[in-house]
Amino acid sequence: MDIFDAIVVGAGPAGCGAAYTMAKAGLNILVLERGQYVGAKNMWGGAFFGPVMNELFPGFWKEAPVERHISRHVISFMTKEDCLSVDFKSPHRDYDTAPGFIILRAKFDRWMGGKVEEAGAIIATGLEVTDFIFEENVIKGVKVGDEEFLAHVVILADGVNSLLATKARLRGDFKAGDLKQGVKEVIRLPREVIEDRFSVEGNEGVVMEFVGACTRGLPGGGFIYTNQESLSVGVVAQLSALVEKKVKSADLIEDFKNHPAVRPLIRNGQTVEYSAHLIPVSGVQMMPKLYADGILIVGDAAAMVLGTGLILEGANFAMAAGAAAGETVLQAREKGNYTAAALGHYEQLLKDRFVLKDLQTFRRAPHFLENPRIYNAYPELACGLMRNIFHSDGKPRKNTFEVLRTSMQGKVGLWQMMTDAMNARKAL
Amino acid sequence: MKVEDKLALNKFNIDREVHIRVEEGKCGGCDFKPCIYACPAECYVLHPDGHVTFSYEGCLECGSCRFSCEKGAIDWVNPRGGFGVCYQYG
Repeated sequence: MDIFDAIVVGAGPAGCGAAYTMAKAGLNILVLERGQYVGAKNMWGGAFFGPVMNELFPGFWKEAPVERHISRHVISFMTKEDCLSVDFKSPHRDYDTAPGFIILRAKFDRWMGGKVEEAGAIIATGLEVTDFIFEENVIKGVKVGDEEFLAHVVILADGVNSLLATKARLRGDFKAGDLKQGVKEVIRLPREVIEDRFSVEGNEGVVMEFVGACTRGLPGGGFIYTNQESLSVGVVAQLSALVEKKVKSADLIEDFKNHPAVRPLIRNGQTVEYSAHLIPVSGVQMMPKLYADGILIVGDAAAMVLGTGLILEGANFAMAAGAAAGETVLQAREKGNYTAAALGHYEQLLKDRFVLKDLQTFRRAPHFLENPRIYNAYPELACGLMRNIFHSDGKPRKNTFEVLRTSMQGKVGLWQMMTDAMNARKAL
Repeated sequence: MKVEDKLALNKFNIDREVHIRVEEGKCGGCDFKPCIYACPAECYVLHPDGHVTFSYEGCLECGSCRFSCEKGAIDWVNPRGGFGVCYQYG
């Protein structure tokens, strides 16, 4: 039987990044993807920062199915009725200078899979890896039911639910408190309607994030991304909190779509797909062992996700980690050594580059973002303050500080607010 | 819009083989029923008499149920290769 230089399990951003890096260098690569086609199982919110993708596939936007490039970010505090936003517009005439890209995962990954194949890798779809082939406790390949595939090294890129990661003894199961659940609807609208409603032109796109009532105060948020001829609309909430408070994401997304600030944006839109996915959000605290003899783990399977409320990194980290894993295999192959000692180079690369550095810099963010006041008291306070400022009852006005003080009553104390601000400074 | 109407929009290649098995014997002692709230596809249904039924056909393969069940009643694997949800947009 042929022995592949490497087998990659899963053709998401991490798996494709790894497979492409190795195949391009002439290695004999097999990618096993359980979906009917590349992208069939892949779902996300909607946008990534450009540089890593551009390094892997220079000028990718010229041919890849990119929906829009980001020219506007809107961040909003939301109460049941009100919504207060920071709206940042930074127009980019072309893709070369765009800071980020909005894509639909299933469409985009199909294209990326094509590039991986062009580079010489074999992608076999519709195959679910069920186990490893062990030889004296060292991984020598994988099993797909009764079929066996041998390789010098296996790269696990099989996502947040990776059952193989536990079989490889790289980690135990993730915990509900370390996971957020995202649900999303793709809502079709004509191109011109999207451009008018979101005040963008051409291929410009908008990322909108909402905090507050959209999760009924649970840790998480709502989002809207503009695609070319559809919107990605969804809600993300901490899984353990949903269960504890007996709240369903399916209800949250309906409430979100009916919020006075969201309803006009999606009016007359037609839902064409409903999807769901888990996000590992606790960063370095939940990260598994990244390598062992004959195996490396990348992307969501290794919890390589960063959310600070403002920055969202997942696919970008996944691709960067995939590339780093690929480079590590190239180096291991030169030495003919695939032991843990040789594969440890992978962790070093992640430390030298931004993935582990960023996760380290923002290591306090996951805990900070569990503070319930972010999702209750502060959105209420911010919107309440605005309501009080813009409200006239025909009586003499109070000065603004006095209005702030009244708005704070019963929501959050001054001392509490200062402590939260200090913690924000440390965490973010 | 109801969840079942949303699921009807998705493309599924439904396997005859069930990929998630719920050991209902273990659900008896569970007052909490986290699966009901964890599943975004409402595959778990709580009946008035307190018992839960499960259907795998609309499963979005997110894994939320398996991380939520504290009774170890959910035997969770992916559908066989090529089966299950097939996202067109993602």
